[in-house]
Amino acid sequence: MAWFRKSKQGLPTHEKRNIPEGLWTKCESCGEIVYGKKMEDLLWVCPTCNFHFRIPSQKYINLLLDDGYLEEYDTNLTSADPLKFKDSKKYPDRIKAAQQKTGKPEGVTAGMARINGIEVSFAIMNFQFIGGSMGSVVGEKIARAIERAIECEVPLIIVSCSGGARMQEGILSLMQMAKTSALLAILHEKRIPYISILTNPTTAGVMASYASLGDIIMAEPKALLGFAGPRVIQQTIGQDLPEGFQSSEFFLEKGFLDMIVDRKELRKTVTKLLKYMWRR
Amino acid sequence: MTDRPYLEFERPIIELEKKISDMRDFSAGESIELSGEITSLEKKLNKLRQEIYSNLTRWQRVQLSRHPKRPYTLDYIRMMTTDFIEIHGDRYFADDKAMVGGFATLEGRPIMVVGQQKGRDTKQKVIRNFGMAHPEGYRKALRLFRLAEKFELPIVVLIDTPGAFPGIGAEERGQAEAIARNIRDMFRLKVPIVVVIIGEGASGGALGIGIGDVVMMLEYSWYSVISPEGCAAILWRDAAKAPEAAEALKPTSDDLMKLGIIDSIIPEPDSGAHSNPEEAARLVKNAILEALSDLQKLSIDELLERRLKKYRKIGEYNE
Repeated sequence: MAWFRKSKQGLPTHEKRNIPEGLWTKCESCGEIVYGKKMEDLLWVCPTCNFHFRIPSQKYINLLLDDGYLEEYDTNLTSADPLKFKDSKKYPDRIKAAQQKTGKPEGVTAGMARINGIEVSFAIMNFQFIGGSMGSVVGEKIARAIERAIECEVPLIIVSCSGGARMQEGILSLMQMAKTSALLAILHEKRIPYISILTNPTTAGVMASYASLGDIIMAEPKALLGFAGPRVIQQTIGQDLPEGFQSSEFFLEKGFLDMIVDRKELRKTVTKLLKYMWRR
Repeated sequence: MTDRPYLEFERPIIELEKKISDMRDFSAGESIELSGEITSLEKKLNKLRQEIYSNLTRWQRVQLSRHPKRPYTLDYIRMMTTDFIEIHGDRYFADDKAMVGGFATLEGRPIMVVGQQKGRDTKQKVIRNFGMAHPEGYRKALRLFRLAEKFELPIVVLIDTPGAFPGIGAEERGQAEAIARNIRDMFRLKVPIVVVIIGEGASGGALGIGIGDVVMMLEYSWYSVISPEGCAAILWRDAAKAPEAAEALKPTSDDLMKLGIIDSIIPEPDSGAHSNPEEAARLVKNAILEALSDLQKLSIDELLERRLKKYRKIGEYNE
C-alpha cells in the first residue's frame, strides 16, 4: 500500500503576479529588480551584474549615432517567398507577424550617419524580427550598406544580432553569406575600415560571414557568440558544455574578438578606433 | 538477397536485378536457353527503374546523396585524375582528415583539387569525422587554394559534407571565422574555380569551400542552408519530420537549377552514382573539363568581376 496518495485537487496555485510593464525590470542574469526608468538611464545594463539586456535597434541608433539620426535607405525592401515555404505557419504570415511586432519592414535597418562627426555607412540587425535571421532582404540591405561604404568612401559599421540564416528561404539565405562576404573583400582591398559590433546573440550564418570579417570585431559583455548553437553542440557531443562557453569572454580568450566593450562605451570606442584607421 | 546496402525504395530494383543475375547463372550452368526471358526481365527492370527514379521525393533524393555505396571525394579523385599527390595540414594546428586535397592531373591538365572526405566503414567514418571539417580543415583548404593561386593552377572543389563540425574544439578554434574568411578570400583567388556538389552540401560547411566561377551539382546531391533533419528539429521540433522539411527546403539539384543558384546538373548513371561509380566519375570529369576550358578563355580581371557579379545578384525580394 502506498504511503502517500496524490491529492485529487493538487496544490492550490495562485495566478502569477504580473509586474506592470515598464515599471520594474528583473535582470535575466542575476535576478536584481531595477526601476524601469533607471534602466533607461543605464542603457539597459544591469547595475548589479553588468548583464546587457537585449534592446531594440532604435536604442542603438540613439546611443551610437550623432543626434540619434540615421538617414535610412532601402526601407522599401521586403521579403518575397521564393520557396513557398510552410512549416506550422506560412512564411509570408511569419513576415507579417514580425512586421507587426517590430513596426519594421525587415530584420535590418541601414543607412548613412555620423559618429562624432565622422560619416559612416551603418547597419543594425533587429533580433525581434524572426530572430534576426538573414534572408534575401537582410543580405541585400547589408550588401548595399557595404556598397555605400565603398562608393562614398566611408567606414562601415555593422551591429549584428542574429541566430543565423533564415531557413524559410533555403539556399537563397545561405548565398547571402557569399554575397555580403564578396563585397567585404572589395571593401577590404580599398582599405576602408569595417568595425563589426556583436551583440547577444550573434551565431551561425551571420557569425560565419560578415560579423567575423571586421577589421575590428568587438562584442558587448556576455553575449552568446559562435558558429553552432549551444543546443546543437550539446546534442552532437552528448555532454554538458563548460561554463561560459561561447560567451564574448570565451571568444576574447580564444583570440577571435578584439575587445569587449560595455554598451555605454561603444560610441567612444568606435570613435577612438576610427581616428586611427580613418584619416581621409 | 544481395548483401549490398540499399535504400528502401531501391528494393524492387535490387530484387529484380538479383533475379536476372540468378537466371544468368542458371542458364550458364545448365546450358538452358533463357535469353528471351532475361531480355524481357531487363526491359522490365529498365522500366521499373525509370518509374521509381523519375518519381523520387526530395527526401528520397537526400537519402540517395547519403547512399552508403556512393562515391566519395577521394574515389572521384582516384577515378578522374592521375598523379594525385595529397597535401596535409593547415600549418597552424593540425591535419583535418575530413578535408582532403592536393595536386592532381585531369586529362593532362594540372589542377588543385580539394573536398570533404567521408569514411566508408566505422573506423574510417570516425577518422574522417563523417565528413565534418573543423576550422583547421577550412584553413587547410584555403592554404591549398593559395598554393594553387601561386602556381596558377585551376581549383576543383568537390563538396560532400553534412555540415561543418559543431563541437567544443571547433568553436575554440574559430569555426565561424575560418568559414567567413574562406568565403571572402575565395572571391579574390586569381585562378578559375569549379565547384561540384557530389553528395551533401550542408550550409556553411559546404559554402566554406564552395565559392566558384562555375557551380554544378550531381543529379542526386543536395545543397541547402541546413540539413532537412536540422530544419525539422528547429521548425517542427521533431527531427523525424525531415521528409517534410526536405520538401519545404527545396534542396535538390532541380530546385537549385530553377532558383538560379547553380550553373548545371551533372546527370547520374542508372540508379545513381553508386550503381556505376566509373561512369559517374567520367560524367563529372567531362563537366569539369568543359567548365575549365570555358573559364580559361577569361582574363583574371574578367574572371573575378564575373565571380563577384554571379553572387551579388542572388536573392529574391520585393522592392
